[in-house]
Amino acid sequence: MNMIVYVNGEQESWQKARTVEAWLQDIGLLGKRVAVELNGQILPKSQFTQYQVQNNDRLEVIAAVGGG
Amino acid sequence: MLEHLKDPKPLIIGGREFSSRLMVGTGKYKDFDETAMAIRASAAQIITIALRRTNMGQDPHQPNILDILPPSEFTILPNTAGCYNAEDAYRTCQLSRELLDGANLVKLEVLGNEKTLYPHVVGTLQAAQRLVDDGFDVMVYTSDDPIVAQELESMGCVAVMPLAAPIGSGLGIQDPYKLLEIIENANVPIIVDAGVGTASDAAIAMELGCDGVLMNTAIAAAKEPIRMAYAMQLAIEAGRQAYLSGRMAKKRYASASSPLDGTFFK
Repeated sequence: MNMIVYVNGEQESWQKARTVEAWLQDIGLLGKRVAVELNGQILPKSQFTQYQVQNNDRLEVIAAVGGG
Repeated sequence: MLEHLKDPKPLIIGGREFSSRLMVGTGKYKDFDETAMAIRASAAQIITIALRRTNMGQDPHQPNILDILPPSEFTILPNTAGCYNAEDAYRTCQLSRELLDGANLVKLEVLGNEKTLYPHVVGTLQAAQRLVDDGFDVMVYTSDDPIVAQELESMGCVAVMPLAAPIGSGLGIQDPYKLLEIIENANVPIIVDAGVGTASDAAIAMELGCDGVLMNTAIAAAKEPIRMAYAMQLAIEAGRQAYLSGRMAKKRYASASSPLDGTFFK
C-alpha cells in the first residue's frame, strides 16, 4: 500500500518506505547543504540513516538562499 | 605609510573579531555572479542569507549561495526574514544551526506587518529570550527605541541592530538622536540595520558612533551594484575614521582659514 508523505507542503505518494538518507539520495540532495525538519522538529543529519519515513510524515527540506 | 591611522579597535561580536564594519545581505541581485562580485567589492566579512524550502523541481546540481560565498571565507549570518512570530523565528534558527554545522550566530528579525516591515517588538523579545537560552548568539533587528535596545542587551543579545528607516526604503538615517541615545548606553555593538540608501547614509551612521552597518538593497538596487558596494566600503571606513577623529564644533558664523596677519593689501 502506498504511503502519504508531505514534502515541503506538497502531498506525495510513496510506493515504499525509505530512510531519510535513501530518499535524499533518490532526489539528488544527499550531501548537499540542506537541513531537514520532520513534523516541525529538526532531524539531525546523524539520524538520516536510521529514520524510516512514516505514513503522514511532514518533511521540510531547507536550503540557504540570498537574503538581507 | 598611514598604517598607524588604521582603526585601532576591531569589531567584536560574540567573541568573533572583524576588521570590516560593513555587513551585507545577499538578496535582490541579478544573478550569482553579480552577488559574488558585489559582496567581494564591499569587503564585508559578515554576510546574511535566508532559509527557504528547497525547490524540488530544480536541478539539484545548480549552485547554492553557499557554494559561491562559502562559510570558509565569510561569516554566514542566517536571518529570520519573513517571520512574523517568535515561533517561526525560533524554528528558522534551529534549521540554520543544523544547516551550518552548529554555527550559532543568527540575525533575529520578527516583523510586524508587510507594509512597513517594522519589527514586532513583543515577538522579537520573546524569540530573543528563547534563542539566547538555547545557546544562540543573537544579533537582533529592532526598532530605534533606546529602552528596547537596552532590554535586548540585558537579555544577552550579542549585537543590537536598530533600523535607520524601513527595510528596503533607502530613506537614510531618520532619527540620529535616538540612534545616539542607543549607542551611548550600549555595551554591545550597535549595528544600523535597514534604511541606508547611499554612501553618505552609511557614513552618517558611522559618524554617530555606530559599530557597523548592515545593508542589502542600497547596494543591490543601485544601477551599478558592484561599484556601490565599493562606495559603501569607503563610506563605512570614512565615517568610522571621522568618528574616531572627533569632528569640529558647528558654528553659526565664518572663521577664516588663512592668517589675518601679514596681508599686503588693505
